[in-house]
Amino acid sequence: MTAAWDFLTTAANWSGTDGIWTRFTEHLFYTLLSVVIAALVALPLGAVIGHTGRGVAAIAGVANALRALPTLGLLTVLTLWSFGLLTGQLARLGPSIVVLVVLAVPPILSNTYAGIAAVDPAARDAARGMGMTGSQVLLRVELPVAMPLVLSGVRSAYLQVVATATIAAVVGLGGFGRYVVDGLAQQLYGKMVAGALLVALMAVIGDRLIALVGRFLVSPGLSGRRVREKAQEAEAGFAAVPPT
Amino acid sequence: MNWDWLGRNSDRIVDLFVQHAWLAAAATLVGLVVALPLGAVAFRYRWTYPPLTTLAGLLYTIPSLALFVVLPGILGTRILDPVNVVIALTVYTVALLVRVVADALASVPEAVRQSATAMGYRPVRSLVTVQFPLAVPVIGAGLRVAAVSNVSLVSVAALLGVEQLGSLFTEGFQLNFFTPIAAGILLSLLLAVLFDVVIVLATRLSTPWARAVPSR
Amino acid sequence: MTTRRPARLGALLAAGLATALALTACGSSEDPLASTSSSTPSSSTAGSTAGSTDESTGSVVIGSANFPESALIANIYAEALRAKGVEVTTNLNIGNREVYIRALQDGSIDLIPEYSGTLLQYFDQAATAVSSEDVYTALEGALPDTLTVLEQSAAEDKDSITVTRATAEQYDLTTIADLAPVAGQLVLGGPPEFQTRPTGVPGLESKYGVVFGEFRALDTAGPLTLNALISDQVQAANLFTTDPAIKTNDLVSLEDPEFLFAAQNVLPLITESKVTPAIEEALNGVSEKLTTEVLIDLLTQVTVDQQDSAEVATTWVDEQGLGS
Repeated sequence: MTAAWDFLTTAANWSGTDGIWTRFTEHLFYTLLSVVIAALVALPLGAVIGHTGRGVAAIAGVANALRALPTLGLLTVLTLWSFGLLTGQLARLGPSIVVLVVLAVPPILSNTYAGIAAVDPAARDAARGMGMTGSQVLLRVELPVAMPLVLSGVRSAYLQVVATATIAAVVGLGGFGRYVVDGLAQQLYGKMVAGALLVALMAVIGDRLIALVGRFLVSPGLSGRRVREKAQEAEAGFAAVPPT
Repeated sequence: MNWDWLGRNSDRIVDLFVQHAWLAAAATLVGLVVALPLGAVAFRYRWTYPPLTTLAGLLYTIPSLALFVVLPGILGTRILDPVNVVIALTVYTVALLVRVVADALASVPEAVRQSATAMGYRPVRSLVTVQFPLAVPVIGAGLRVAAVSNVSLVSVAALLGVEQLGSLFTEGFQLNFFTPIAAGILLSLLLAVLFDVVIVLATRLSTPWARAVPSR
Repeated sequence: MTTRRPARLGALLAAGLATALALTACGSSEDPLASTSSSTPSSSTAGSTAGSTDESTGSVVIGSANFPESALIANIYAEALRAKGVEVTTNLNIGNREVYIRALQDGSIDLIPEYSGTLLQYFDQAATAVSSEDVYTALEGALPDTLTVLEQSAAEDKDSITVTRATAEQYDLTTIADLAPVAGQLVLGGPPEFQTRPTGVPGLESKYGVVFGEFRALDTAGPLTLNALISDQVQAANLFTTDPAIKTNDLVSLEDPEFLFAAQNVLPLITESKVTPAIEEALNGVSEKLTTEVLIDLLTQVTVDQQDSAEVATTWVDEQGLGS
């Protein structure tokens, strides 16, 4: 622990290409990129499935299968595949980002469709009764009501990606994972523990930030007791799946 | 796929599969056994719920690779001892299940609990013979997630020389050879499915009343 | 849900974080990565070495580093030892030297193939020996009491700084020293430990005044490093001289006139208390037959022809008459 403290309080460790600031920027970039791509895939898909009720079984199966894929295996196989196909920055990032996206999709996907499927049928009928079209019902009623659960899915995805980006250092990715992997290889204990602490810190702070943003995203009109409890539950919760 | 390679190495692959299975299974079972009383505490004494679940959430944020490496220093075990892997994964499993167990117990209807009390059941007996059995479906669902992610996480230990299916990933990578990696991925998917089936069956067998009434 | 949740999650979070961190790190004041630990849990009496009257042939756990050549040599040792009736268990692909020396010292493994020069550097950072003989002599003195090396083979596999043919021509590079004026614009790739080892980045600067613009941590002379070099993500890389990929990709390993990399003979590093006459005979037999050419040939069968490491090892051991 003191070694980790020494590492963190040594000014030289904060600057340069292997400095904490650089590694933080990299780690944040990988994480945001992966979660955003995953959300772009999973949100519309989950919304449509939740709205229509079609393909729920298939998607649950796919989400579970994605969860069961061993991260290290996927990383190694994609990295080998990318040789000769990708060049430059893309070669360095591509395989790892794909793996992180694969990790981030299941929680967002399943929470989105679960959230929408759980919308009170009465609310849905009321919206239809007011003359809303199918997509209006989805966008104006179902998604806002499902928002607390969707956000909790995004937080799960974020936490998993932050922790798992560490492993991608094994196939040459930057970020805080470098400290963990290099610290192990170089037998610099402080560096390794510092890396793990920074990852944990980034996970916790980011998680709180998303929760904060969520408070503004969740419609103030949702003041019903059930929904508020659901939102609190989502806020207090952490990842549904441990990190890699 | 290089089928020759698979044929020649089948003995070793089976060994790795078995090793992988017991590492993941041990962590899942020990994690469940530890999480049951902790979850009951978090449910029974509500003031412990927030700190316990928050601590559990924080444990998740520790990268597994780092945990595998620091554990021998904390426990005094040898660095290649598979026990390190089991304990690290147990930590994650407990972290996941404490919250699940507490929430599962909370999902047992209040009336049932009160009935047990009215019949003269003391708190522990009520918990073990009435509330835990009724909480089985929810706990089972959480256990499925824990088991599947344990199967995936075990493979990371190959980076530290603990042999299991993950060794096929590191070896295949070093040799730029797909067959071992593909075999490793497929077998760990198979293992995940096996665990899932076992847990689902165990859940159903331990909740015979759920089948007495046709599900809606 | 009937559970109440307080608003003061932030404070709890802070408390929880401290606990979690304490769990992972503060739990022990001892540095678990320290490699200087002298304790060995081995139950055998220290000092019992080769030549003892022990009739049993012994038993060993063989480890290997995280690259194919090390696993191959470990398999060769395993096969030769089995032929002499020694009880053998393998635990290959442990990691790099910084990690597996700890495994040797805590008794997780007993035997591992090693390279004389970098092994010497590991235990004596100030070592100056360069020739095979000098390195071997110095090594015998530098090893901790619990570990010993048996006879070394003629086979050598050195670290190298390797560039592509195009890079070599562009900057007119023949020796590592030629890199000095241009290295600032180049990226060097290698295993993470190359950044801190005396025979890595620090040695490049002290012996040749070569300072690269950046060091990028990749793998141990594996596909990641090779691909990064070929695709120009790095312009120089730490590869092994026995790597068949150097030839197949027309790469140029720069000469090392200042002997940054000392002699690197392959030899067995073993826990002293585990040595029996049978083990010594078997391993010395291997070292006697193993040459650089043999090593390159066998390694090509594994990494290029994708033969099984253990099978290649068995075939060779049998061919050499070491199997009986």
